Amino acid sequence: MANFFLDNKDIQFHLDHPLMKKIVELKEQGFRDKATYDYAPVDFEDAIDSYRKVLEVVGDVAANTIAVNADSVDKEGPRVENDRVIYARGTQENQDMLTQAGVYGISLPRRFGGLNFPLVPYVMSCELVCRADAGFGNIWGLQDCAETLHEFASEEINAEYLPRINKGATAAMDLTEPDAGSDLQAVMLKATPNPDKPGEWLLNGVKRFITNGDGDISLVLARSEEGTTDARGLSLFVYDKNHMAVKVRRIEHKLGIIGSPTCELVFTNAPAKLVGDRKMGLIKYVMALMNSARLGIGAQSVGIMEAAYREALKYANEREQFGKPIIHFPAVYELLTNMKARLQASRALLYETARFVDVYKNYFHLEKERKLEKEERDEMKKYQKLADAYTPLLKLFSSEYCNSVAYDALQIHGGSGFMKDYAIERIYRDARITTIYEGTSQLQVVAAIRGVTTGVLLGQMQGYEAIKPVSELDGQYRTLVTMREQYEEALKTVHEVSAKEGSDADWLDFHARRLVEMGGYIIMGHLLLQQASHPTAGEEYRISAIAFIKEGQAKCSAHLNYIKAFDPDSLGYFKMVLDEKVEA
Amino acid sequence: MNKALKIVVLAKQVPDTRNVGKDAMKADGTVNRAALPAIFNPEDLNALEQALRIKDRLPETTVTILTMGPFRAAEVIREAMFRGADGGVLLTDRKFAGADTLATSYTLACAVKKLNPDLIIAGRQAIDGDTAQVGPQVAEKLGLPQVTYAESIDGIDVQAGEITIRRRLEHGVETVAMRLPGVITVNASAPACRPRNAKMVMKYKHARTVSEVQEQQEDYYMALHKERCYLCIPEWGSGDVDADEASLGLSGSPTKVKKIENIVFQAKEAKHLTGSDGDVEGLIKELIASHTIG
Repeated sequence: MANFFLDNKDIQFHLDHPLMKKIVELKEQGFRDKATYDYAPVDFEDAIDSYRKVLEVVGDVAANTIAVNADSVDKEGPRVENDRVIYARGTQENQDMLTQAGVYGISLPRRFGGLNFPLVPYVMSCELVCRADAGFGNIWGLQDCAETLHEFASEEINAEYLPRINKGATAAMDLTEPDAGSDLQAVMLKATPNPDKPGEWLLNGVKRFITNGDGDISLVLARSEEGTTDARGLSLFVYDKNHMAVKVRRIEHKLGIIGSPTCELVFTNAPAKLVGDRKMGLIKYVMALMNSARLGIGAQSVGIMEAAYREALKYANEREQFGKPIIHFPAVYELLTNMKARLQASRALLYETARFVDVYKNYFHLEKERKLEKEERDEMKKYQKLADAYTPLLKLFSSEYCNSVAYDALQIHGGSGFMKDYAIERIYRDARITTIYEGTSQLQVVAAIRGVTTGVLLGQMQGYEAIKPVSELDGQYRTLVTMREQYEEALKTVHEVSAKEGSDADWLDFHARRLVEMGGYIIMGHLLLQQASHPTAGEEYRISAIAFIKEGQAKCSAHLNYIKAFDPDSLGYFKMVLDEKVEA
Repeated sequence: MNKALKIVVLAKQVPDTRNVGKDAMKADGTVNRAALPAIFNPEDLNALEQALRIKDRLPETTVTILTMGPFRAAEVIREAMFRGADGGVLLTDRKFAGADTLATSYTLACAVKKLNPDLIIAGRQAIDGDTAQVGPQVAEKLGLPQVTYAESIDGIDVQAGEITIRRRLEHGVETVAMRLPGVITVNASAPACRPRNAKMVMKYKHARTVSEVQEQQEDYYMALHKERCYLCIPEWGSGDVDADEASLGLSGSPTKVKKIENIVFQAKEAKHLTGSDGDVEGLIKELIASHTIG
């Protein structure tokens, strides 16, 4: 029987990473649950074995239910009836199946009915589900909202809401409004204390583009401080669908991820509870939620890439032209090799990031129980800093690669790929959103450039350089060192010109994407190089490491040339588009 | 029998005959089990689902898997536990080997008698033998009523000791009532079995029979099994089920395989048909006459 976990050695490889030992120990705290819960692990090996077995369950449902339903879900889509969302038949079946499999609430503590898994296996589950159907992946991934409640809401709210997740309650995060998209400070939906019921708030207003907006549990960003207009007036609330005070006005007609309902919502005196502290909604909680969501899109992108690559590989082997399968032509096998390299590089970055987040989040929860020792606190800070630097890099690269891999996969299908008859047509459409939602690629650059200017990325590169590869890959290692030197030179050039021209921000902004991309090529190159030097699994990654570093080297040189050859005056030429007349 | 039922599900580990390759048969005409993966007989999974649905409605219900086979057949019991069964019994003994449906049903009936359930549910037939005889024979041997071709269990009246069952027959659906205890065999058209449940998988993944524990010789399991008795899958031999040895295994099996032939389908002559009504109608008639469709 097909199984998306068992057929994927690359995912399984990441479950064996040395840092997992620390992650599991932090998560299980001396395996203290073993006496209370019959499904809790007794030691490290037992825990990893459980992750593997549960991922096998997810891999089974993904391959044999979700993937099978993907086509009909794409055609049927959800609909609105009496202000409520009705899922496509297949979507509901997927949901029921995963609920029966008891895998929802995978990262929640056992006392809330969860499985208490670390983030790494949760991210793996997201990848498996998204490979089967990226649209359904959103419904699965929105259990992130439960994690946000777990992090910031009171024990009372958590005891009320979290146990429902494992029983199949779905979630939504209601942030965007017609005039507040990338700029969430502009959120207007109003929250007022209910005069008749202390502790309860009433929500009024409109939300737009809300994924799974009719979910059972919604986190809502709303303006609780009358008269404010900025981020400091916003708080986060939790709303229970059972109140039936939010209507779905319409769902959007989209290019892709059609099975995932994107809703416009009208709140009319909707009762809600405050999550955490007032005024911290956007500044603290939504920022945390967005970071998890970006990691989720990283997983989604890798899942889509996996699906696209496999479709392309299959087709290239089956389709014959000029008397042989088209995979034999250099133009096709070059594409496939580069696709695989991008896929494996993205996955390497995905799990490196997930491990960083995992470590610091575990400390975060531990800190609620007891005071952390100084070295624990330092470690938490270190990993948080790394997670913050890697998350936007991951979102940027994986989603852009997701699109390039889907594009190339469709290209390999030729005319057939343009037809509705092959899965790649849907996969290509589904891929498109990944560079847009949860922060566009352009906004990821704005976040990721901090890792460049603060030197976090450089520090990581130097750290990776301390790890020597197997001797066959010495050449690739030296290339990466050269790329790092180019990166430093590019950054230095930008700083020098900025200092001379006195328009620091503009210059840095203009070249930010180039600098961030250079950083990404080097970091992913190192991760692949390390994997390719693994004593047992190394062979699996050698070709990808060589191909990826080759491409990265070419890109780094090009970016450095562009930056060095850039005349300070020419910034103005790019601005001239502002004067173009827009025809009505 | 107040708020719950005691259910035994009969299940069999079978070679996966749905994906038969070239090496499926050995030269001597017997099944090459090494070449075919061992799986949970598909219709037995439908049977398990029916049992679990009763447990959903009456949560104190217990579902016990009964399977006969070599040591590795314990896989079937674990698989059922991962999906919600409470436990199982492995009937294993060299004396059981070589059994036809008569000897198999005799052995199963002896074990069922010992378990004394309110309801026995089995798949209609196993994909290796395709006889559909074992379920009914168990019922006959125990003197219990039987309902075959079941698709769903619609009503359970525990007080009255009666259940209502929907049967899928060739030309329609029949709803019947049966007094308990009794035997039901379930069709493939019944709802598919639910997936493995994460918590059950983690709880029962170390479930082993005594033989398996001994084979692995790991203190780890020994200690764990002492602490968590639900992890120990009982093994019953001929002595445990008070069976008459002459009726077991090969000696209790009157069925003898006379000959096995390998049928190779060969292409026949091709026929050209146009899309005209006459040709299409002719083809339909021909296919109905040859029982290919209809």
